[in-house]
Amino acid sequence: MKHSGQKKIIKEKILSNLQTAPGHFELKIAAPWLAKESRAGQFVMVKPRNETTDPLLRIPLAIHSRNEKGISLMYKVVGAGTEILSYRKKGDIIDLIGPLGNGFNCERALKTKGMKVLIAAGGHGIVPLYMLVKVLREHKVEVEVFIGARTKKQILCEEKLKKTGAKIHIATDDGTKGAKASILAPLTAYLKKENIKKFASSEGRAVSHLVYACGPKVMLAALSQELKKYNVDAEFSLEAYMACGIGACLGCAVMTVSGYKMVCKDGPVFDMRSIVF
Amino acid sequence: MDLVTKIAGIVFKNPIWTASGTFGAGGEFQDFLNLDTIGAIVTKTVTLNAREGNPPPRVVETSSGLLNSIGLENKGIDAFQKEDYPFLKKLKTKIIISIAGEGLLAIQKCAAYFTDKNFPAAIELNLSCPNVAHGGTKYSLIAQDPRLTEEIVRTVKKETARPVIAKLTPNVTDIAEIAGAAEAGGADAVSLVNTYMGIAVDAYSMKPILGNCVGGLSGPAIKPLALKAVWDVYKKVKIPIIGIGGIMTGLDAAEFMLAGASAVEAGTANFTDPAICGKILKEFKEYLNIKNIKSASELVGKLFDK
Repeated sequence: MKHSGQKKIIKEKILSNLQTAPGHFELKIAAPWLAKESRAGQFVMVKPRNETTDPLLRIPLAIHSRNEKGISLMYKVVGAGTEILSYRKKGDIIDLIGPLGNGFNCERALKTKGMKVLIAAGGHGIVPLYMLVKVLREHKVEVEVFIGARTKKQILCEEKLKKTGAKIHIATDDGTKGAKASILAPLTAYLKKENIKKFASSEGRAVSHLVYACGPKVMLAALSQELKKYNVDAEFSLEAYMACGIGACLGCAVMTVSGYKMVCKDGPVFDMRSIVF
Repeated sequence: MDLVTKIAGIVFKNPIWTASGTFGAGGEFQDFLNLDTIGAIVTKTVTLNAREGNPPPRVVETSSGLLNSIGLENKGIDAFQKEDYPFLKKLKTKIIISIAGEGLLAIQKCAAYFTDKNFPAAIELNLSCPNVAHGGTKYSLIAQDPRLTEEIVRTVKKETARPVIAKLTPNVTDIAEIAGAAEAGGADAVSLVNTYMGIAVDAYSMKPILGNCVGGLSGPAIKPLALKAVWDVYKKVKIPIIGIGGIMTGLDAAEFMLAGASAVEAGTANFTDPAICGKILKEFKEYLNIKNIKSASELVGKLFDK
């Protein structure tokens, strides 16, 4: 699929803006150009309300899914901006900039026969990962999804994910759904069971398994420590407070092994081993 | 109608410029607007040595504003000359290069790099840099110290033939005094204001939100304060003033010019809408039409008319 690499300010109609779980909304926008240009892992900068200086800044939201009509964004109401966004109605014109960021690199997953992909999602982190799962499953890649959250109500997208044919493993802190554990427990158990094929490359990395993860930084830090023991390659999608979202203001810095990088431009997806936790 | 703005012998096609630190070197904005429409681009501040910048979080939104503590992250002037300078020279838009340093010597060395006859259009001195060389005095920013401000401007004027704009901090008791010092040092113009110092607190974690705790406030919240600063400085100096502070619309731009500015810089606005400078210019022209004003320069200081 050819992507022009272009970014645009898009003002299009809202198709729907509906609550999917307490405090969680799915916003569908009639934006066919954006749908065509977006890659899994990219994001958009959304204006919660037009013609206002408060909220002043746009909100960075991961692209959740797309079809020929447009894109879907899934967001959680956490503050003034997202609260205002939740009141926007079908038919309203919404103003967004995108597609932004680098997106997940799935070339190896798509081109390597027999590759097993592990998806690790902490709570709301499943939002950008869902689009990745769809792409991988469309190409018949074997996908195991591990979702962890505090409680049953915060496990999102379970039915959608099951429909893709991916295998789903759920864990909640309070045990109201799936295993009563952090997501690391079932994931580590799975890795121990698997016969991870090592490749005699200069980096000694596993050739049989790839991991993509998104979630709270604490979860990613712990996951990173665990994955390094199995020599698997992994990509993590990060987030940061942003101002411009397009790489100009140097606000969304994250420390990596090569110094500060910008989450909006060099990311949001980073190689796990480059991130300094 | 005539939008041409003449400052320090340089002819700018219009008075709508972009503020340092908000527009990169222009490259990121090319997808969204024709850079040629902007009167001038003021580049991200460059320092003698590379600076890593402050630990994150570096930005946080406040009511109608933005608190930032980027920390002047930049690759240093050597790398800037090699990598960014050639791109900037090719642009049709007038370029103003912002420089800063911990003290007189560092700034002087930076200024010495600018030996090209006609480029950049001007140098903007970012004097809101923590005053390391002065450590221990009551001034934590160079631009709080009138004597040092004057000395640095004078030194930079000797180092380069390019016009010099002194960018002032509002974190002072009397900004007009500092503007006067810059003028005495030979500044061709002053630009004001830089950001207002502030902090943001997370009550639940009981910690400051910014990695550096203290940041600078910008955006619409500071407009009334910035307008007052321009008004104060206009009463004091004869050199042109470039107004900065919460400009989001063509009317905002007009307000600053009425208060005494000959040109304006829109900064934080660029984060709300990357194409906003085009919109500001359009609205500014519409305003001049409605008021039947033939030349933008007629607005300058009109607030003072009896």
